[in-house]
Amino acid sequence: MTAQRTPLHGEHVRLGAQMTNFGGWVMPLQYSSIREEHRAVREGVGLFDLSHMGELRLDDKGLGQRVISRDLTRLESGRIQYALLCNEEGGIIDDVLVYAMADGGYLLVVNAGNQDSDFDWIQTQAPSPSSLRNVGREWALLGVQGPRAVGLVQRLTKSELGGVKYYTFIEGRVADVPCVISRTGYTGEDGFELFCGNGDAVRLWRALLDEGQSDGIRPAGLGARDTLRLEAGMRLYGNDMDTSTNPLEAGLEWTVSLDKDFIGRDAVVRAREQGVSRRLVGFKMLDRSIPRHGYAVVSDGQRAGTVTSGNVAFTLGYNIGMAYVSPALAEPGSRFGIDVRGTAAPAEVVALPFYKRPHPK
Amino acid sequence: MPDLSGMRFAESHEWVRKEGDSATVGITEYAQSQLGDVIYLELPNVGQQLDAGGRLGVIESVKAASDLYSPVGGEVAEVNQELKDHPEYVNQDPYGKGWIIKLRAPKDNPKLLDQKAYDEFVKGQSS
Repeated sequence: MTAQRTPLHGEHVRLGAQMTNFGGWVMPLQYSSIREEHRAVREGVGLFDLSHMGELRLDDKGLGQRVISRDLTRLESGRIQYALLCNEEGGIIDDVLVYAMADGGYLLVVNAGNQDSDFDWIQTQAPSPSSLRNVGREWALLGVQGPRAVGLVQRLTKSELGGVKYYTFIEGRVADVPCVISRTGYTGEDGFELFCGNGDAVRLWRALLDEGQSDGIRPAGLGARDTLRLEAGMRLYGNDMDTSTNPLEAGLEWTVSLDKDFIGRDAVVRAREQGVSRRLVGFKMLDRSIPRHGYAVVSDGQRAGTVTSGNVAFTLGYNIGMAYVSPALAEPGSRFGIDVRGTAAPAEVVALPFYKRPHPK
Repeated sequence: MPDLSGMRFAESHEWVRKEGDSATVGITEYAQSQLGDVIYLELPNVGQQLDAGGRLGVIESVKAASDLYSPVGGEVAEVNQELKDHPEYVNQDPYGKGWIIKLRAPKDNPKLLDQKAYDEFVKGQSS
């Protein structure tokens, strides 16, 4: 299958981005340097093309309650929740953001590579096919992230953004482009994610880059997105969790409302009663070696788990990762080895997130 | 652009520059641009014997870990200690302060390419 292009593809090429295939899309991996793009987001502002993300419109509230892991009855219009789609066995099909729209329906923002399989999964649970639409290929999504992001977007809109709290959204215009303005992100910084029509994406992208010059804005690619989300302790679907892991193992019990009925609930309740055999933990390396997805965790000469994500933490100055380990090794302060090319490199469990921004709003 | 005319290049994207009885080894501009941000290098010990085309160490970028190969055989005389704290030198100045090791008594390797041939080789890779 040919990889799909976002409406900003030409902008990335013009900016000299290195492109990569991700989830069936051709996306910018980096423009100049992942390190510099990472720093720009931590210290100033970075601009991301996230148009590969999928968006599903779900108008059937009952269906939403059945497929989404969290109780949506208390989700008021204009609010957003992080939640999961699980299968009957409690395995994680995807992690999603649920937007409660003004018309009473939901917008699900799903991972790029899962948008068709999520759609099919929800469709098979639906009483009528008309209640679900995949609008992802009609919409672009731009991420504006960093301590200077809110000020930048505010200069481009008449909407009062002070009232748009974390995990809420409004509809408005940014640079005269009609947008859903969402106070969310995947970097650990403050900022917005802006949904607009494909046809307006280039205009919005350029306006943000222009207006952001005084903030030192940099376009940022998927490379920096990955190092930023890892520092923030955010899980990456496909790396840190998939259908073989349940929400308890993944440390996402707070995203499951066990007091309502949803697909996978019974399996999660059973897993909770039985206790899990592994847990996702964050760890820091005690030497300079770099943990990577798939590396073995070792303890007392035995295999004790698997690394799911790992990299340098530019902001922290050491190397970090996430791994599934046995519960006995999951407490902060526990030590184990990471098998790096045959050597057990020392690592210590630390609480997530690794990085918290200095002044959360 | 530094003068590369005295250098020889391996198809695995390392360069070598002979000076008398010593040779300096690094990776090419093309290699650093493909790797992206270098964050760690695992390098041999001084005194270790390397074969031409043999594994020299590992270079890790944000994206991945990759093997490094020695373009010529010889004994490791020096390792660039600066790279421990500044692996980014490999990106910033791959032919200068981003050098990786120096070899003593390097042997010739007829398989290496001159600059023109290497440039042609890289063109073939990226097209």
